[in-house]
Amino acid sequence: MAKLTIADLKKIKEDYHQGLREGGFRVKITVHMGTCGIAAGARGIMNTIMEELAKSNLKDVAITTSGCAGLCSQEPMTTIETTGQPPIKYTALTEEKMRKIFAEHVVAGRPVTEYALVAGHETTY
Amino acid sequence: MEEISLHILDIAENSLRAGAKNVEIVVARDRARDLLTIDVRDDGTGMDAETLARVRNPFFTTKHKKTGLGIPLLAQAAEQAGGGLTIDSAPGSGTHVSVTLQWSHIDRPKMGAMADTLLTMIAGHPELDLVYEERVDGDVFRLDTREIKNELDDVPINDPAVLEALRGMLRDGMRV
Repeated sequence: MAKLTIADLKKIKEDYHQGLREGGFRVKITVHMGTCGIAAGARGIMNTIMEELAKSNLKDVAITTSGCAGLCSQEPMTTIETTGQPPIKYTALTEEKMRKIFAEHVVAGRPVTEYALVAGHETTY
Repeated sequence: MEEISLHILDIAENSLRAGAKNVEIVVARDRARDLLTIDVRDDGTGMDAETLARVRNPFFTTKHKKTGLGIPLLAQAAEQAGGGLTIDSAPGSGTHVSVTLQWSHIDRPKMGAMADTLLTMIAGHPELDLVYEERVDGDVFRLDTREIKNELDDVPINDPAVLEALRGMLRDGMRV
């Protein structure tokens, strides 16, 4: 495979181990990636999360995808789970909204209630 | 769905929901035959004959909701571009979705950001072994995440620095 050398990967490994934090993940971000989500822009939301994660240098954030959450008209959606807090579902996302959610919820730990549909399974903002 | 690369992401996400640990995507452009072919193979649970017979019905899904639009939308896009879609699948044997489109057809959707589709899969599912192969006439570009993981040892393949390096590699290597 061209353009990505063993030396590149070795450098990434060294940098990774220098910045490694002890413990598991503090935050899990799930991007809902059903057909509805993909058609509505979920891949772009994932791109934004990847960009913000790279800029933040955080090592305790996991990102993943899941299927349709059953609210197709509200896509694109993410669910953000932070340790000790109920999961928050964010709906009708844009790149701009996602950047704000990343800065305030993922980095600073404060959910962005104006974009949230629901917290946990019962509380609706 | 405006891009073929989004359809591919949708099909690959189906593979993940079916428990696939390995997904292979092959995109081939044959200029002489004016064809674009896409093959997505997985080692997920596979489908029985009854499920397979209903998978093109937009009101059929295995996911406890009302619609299952991914396969019907891709089949429609392929047929509108002078091609078609076939699926081979059996329980325990995984699934193979094969799509052909006429490259020069006016209704062929653009390929779109295939690199973003691959990086989304790698970022969201680092446990997945993903092979992507692109063939343009005689030229072949291939990404095999197993080879990358072997070199990375304990560094996760979805570490931001790795994803950025992969993005550069894909940008330089992809041609379709």
